Amino acid sequence: MTTTSIVTQAPSKKMRPRLSFISGIGLTGQISFWVIIAVALIAAVGPYIVPADPNAVDLEYAYYPPSQWFWLGTDASGRDIFSRLIVGSRTALLGPLAVVAMATVLGTVLGLVAVWFGGWVDALIVRVIDAIFAFPGILVAILATALFGAGLPAATIALSIAYTPYIARIVRSAALRERNLPYISALQVQGRHGFAISARHILPNVSGLIVANATLCFGLALIDLAALSFIGFGVQPPTADWGAMVGGGMSGILQGEPLEAIAASVLIVITVAAVNTLGARLVQRSESRA
Amino acid sequence: MTATHRSTDAPLLSVEDLSVELRVGEEMRTVLKQVSFSIEAGQTVGLVGESGSGKSMTVRAISRLLPEGAQTSGRIGFDGLDVLDLRGEALRKYRASDVAMIFQDARAHTNPVRRIGDFLTESMILNGKIGRKKAEQTATELLEAVGIHDAARRLKQHPHELSGGLLQRVMIASAVAARPRLILADEPTTALDVTTQAEVMAILKRMQQEYGMAMLFITHDLELAGAVCDDTVVLYAGEVVEQQQAKRLHHDPLHPYTAALVQARPDINQRADRLPSVPGHPTTAYEAPAGCAFAPRCRLAQERCRETKPELVAIGDHGESRCVRAVELRGTLLMSGTTPLTADTEEAAL
Amino acid sequence: MAPTGAFLARRVGGLLGTMFVASFVVFGALYLAPGSPLSFLTQGRSVTPEAIAQLEAQYHLDQPFFMQYLIWLGGVFKGDLGSSIIFGDSVSNLLSQRIGNTALLLLVAAVLVLLVGLFAGLKPGVFSESVMVAATAAMAVPGFVAAVVLMLVFAVQLGWFPSYGMGDGGFDSIWHLTLPAVALAITSIAFVARLTQNAIRSEMRADHVQTAISRGLPYRFIVQRHVIRNAAMPVLTAAGLTVAGLIAGSVIIEQIFQLGGLGQFLIDSVQKKDFPVVQAICLIYVATFIVLNTLIDIAYTLLDPRVSLGKKAS
Repeated sequence: MTTTSIVTQAPSKKMRPRLSFISGIGLTGQISFWVIIAVALIAAVGPYIVPADPNAVDLEYAYYPPSQWFWLGTDASGRDIFSRLIVGSRTALLGPLAVVAMATVLGTVLGLVAVWFGGWVDALIVRVIDAIFAFPGILVAILATALFGAGLPAATIALSIAYTPYIARIVRSAALRERNLPYISALQVQGRHGFAISARHILPNVSGLIVANATLCFGLALIDLAALSFIGFGVQPPTADWGAMVGGGMSGILQGEPLEAIAASVLIVITVAAVNTLGARLVQRSESRA
Repeated sequence: MTATHRSTDAPLLSVEDLSVELRVGEEMRTVLKQVSFSIEAGQTVGLVGESGSGKSMTVRAISRLLPEGAQTSGRIGFDGLDVLDLRGEALRKYRASDVAMIFQDARAHTNPVRRIGDFLTESMILNGKIGRKKAEQTATELLEAVGIHDAARRLKQHPHELSGGLLQRVMIASAVAARPRLILADEPTTALDVTTQAEVMAILKRMQQEYGMAMLFITHDLELAGAVCDDTVVLYAGEVVEQQQAKRLHHDPLHPYTAALVQARPDINQRADRLPSVPGHPTTAYEAPAGCAFAPRCRLAQERCRETKPELVAIGDHGESRCVRAVELRGTLLMSGTTPLTADTEEAAL
Repeated sequence: MAPTGAFLARRVGGLLGTMFVASFVVFGALYLAPGSPLSFLTQGRSVTPEAIAQLEAQYHLDQPFFMQYLIWLGGVFKGDLGSSIIFGDSVSNLLSQRIGNTALLLLVAAVLVLLVGLFAGLKPGVFSESVMVAATAAMAVPGFVAAVVLMLVFAVQLGWFPSYGMGDGGFDSIWHLTLPAVALAITSIAFVARLTQNAIRSEMRADHVQTAISRGLPYRFIVQRHVIRNAAMPVLTAAGLTVAGLIAGSVIIEQIFQLGGLGQFLIDSVQKKDFPVVQAICLIYVATFIVLNTLIDIAYTLLDPRVSLGKKAS
């Protein structure tokens, strides 16, 4: 065997964009990112600048068509749809965010602990994860509603437990790959503590994948929470929420006033599409960088 | 045309001014520049080069397996056929009975879900139109010919149950099954360990002689090429830089790059303080600078090397070289002290 | 190629193990609720002493926790799922009246997913680009949104389909189930279509396909025996998993279209605080989910010789 080359080919250079943490995700990824930022801005600032009081009930104005006071008209209770949609963006984002945050923390810890200790700890955690995975998110949330009553907090916690396996499995399999690499043994030989190794060395290598999958879970959680609010189990009236508005708008549909339900649906679909696209691009990027 | 075998019969395969561009993203990248060589019936020609030299692309062009969006120019003639123009049924027939390819990584190139027996017989049944029983019998004979003795059992197995060496033999068996006139062997032994390498090479050579097939043998190993081939073609940055009789090439290289390849291989009989290596990295055609593509890494390069593109010229009646200084440096390229290695590595790096 | 007996035993063992844990969770949920089990079960109602006694007997509240679980589990195996607090009737009776509706909905939706999804994924050419764009868009539409839109357009505005109920059986039921099944299946169809397309595309570029081409094999044969056959494995696995996922979506869809199945009953029972029913339905859903996943797992090994045989290279 001849070894005649000592260096492999130089990679072709590309211009590095300035916002490097969102580089490498393509045009659709960038658009999705900015759509989500826009929704987040609306959620943060919107409630302070709504044109009308989202909770002001006035039955005389029920199902009022779009006009200069009520840009999208009113719902069955005479409340301004447009203002309620703006306020609804809060629960639309905060709910899934809480779910994903908890699921990510719990899943990451479980995955790292399982890999680091191995043996029976790993086996036990895998069994637990499999058992949780047998419960679809909605089902856990419905069960939680049965136990604790309807409301966003119970639903959020239930969903975050249900989504933990997604993150835990990914973290575990990625960490397993890393664990077997020689640099980890080198660190161990140097006497570094298990937790420190996990946190400082394995985790950064896995973080790209975690972020990507957490984004996808965000989309799923958004749908689940909206569905729960839709049937009245999640966000409780009179709080405005897109899912709840689709549910509340059902009677409107049957009476020929579909605007509330449709408007809320459109916003849900746009946001979920943006999150899914961003998540998919992030997954692609983390795989190509691996 | 190889300088050493001037035969009055037309060669079996003639590659004439073959250029290939590949589509990468938005742009087209040149990987082969006007490559020309030919192979006579029954002859073995080696195609030597490092990664990026374009040797794999050459072979893919001959078997029409270039990736989508690739553009070719030039001509590939096979026994009167214009290979690059073949379509449909004619192309299928060419692939089925005239040329056969042996791939480097046998495991990746066999369908993990189908049995070895199916792998060997499918072509016979579909192309040769013979029955299943006869095909299986032939397959058994083929396996035995490549040195796999419990053939009946092996036929029923799946690829993951065979070792790399065995799989490569199966690949060879599959390639020779249709008695092609030309075998294209793309680094068939690179992925194997040395002992297996020797065994597989022996089998390959034996079958080639038995069936009277020509072979285009791709490798990055000059010495292997010397042992196995009649003529050797050396590729660098998508161009032919030297062609010569294989055995002579080893003692009397006509191009500094070839000499560097020869010297880079450690000789068990010599002591060396440092393994000589060629500084810098192998260039591809699209990255090559103006002038001689090897000039940046060549210690013997002069101004004229960097300015003008050298042509491929015949050197005596021994071979061809694309070095403007070939005649001048003839015979001296392998002497120590005049190695074509640049002293300064940084200078050589692109 | 039959998987080894040991392999099957392991899989079934895993299934049973997960079932035990899951059933334990469903059972134990009662104790997660605030307050004592009894107060939770009777909440919001005025209850007679007889009713209290009946509940205590049903749940064996005098026994230690683990005993309660085992008794309950034993009852489940015998088909005894307790009594509904609201209806007084045996839960199994109530469920058996409704489970047919759910099953039919899931069946129609599953057929849609497999037929349309696989077909859309296999069709190459002009279709593929528009199919993929439509699929990406469809995957962002939640089931309940699809249901609402479909109901609005096809039931309310156009009047082509009924907007609620199961109909009178046979074709009438299928007609009633059309909108619900489509709403349920849309996201999964999109997913399966994309997956199939991607799998086929990536398999077409596989190395072993290059070998087949280089041997001059007919294109059709290569596509059928090499590409599709190999792509089938991950596609069928994923398709099976999405069908399992239909179970979760069916709950909301049933509620929207008032289909009188288990899902609607579940939501009703939560609202009416009829916990024995909630427990039983959750148990059925989870058990079905686990069994389906295990079957898909086993099916995968039947298709992929590398997994089932597990023999080493010799």
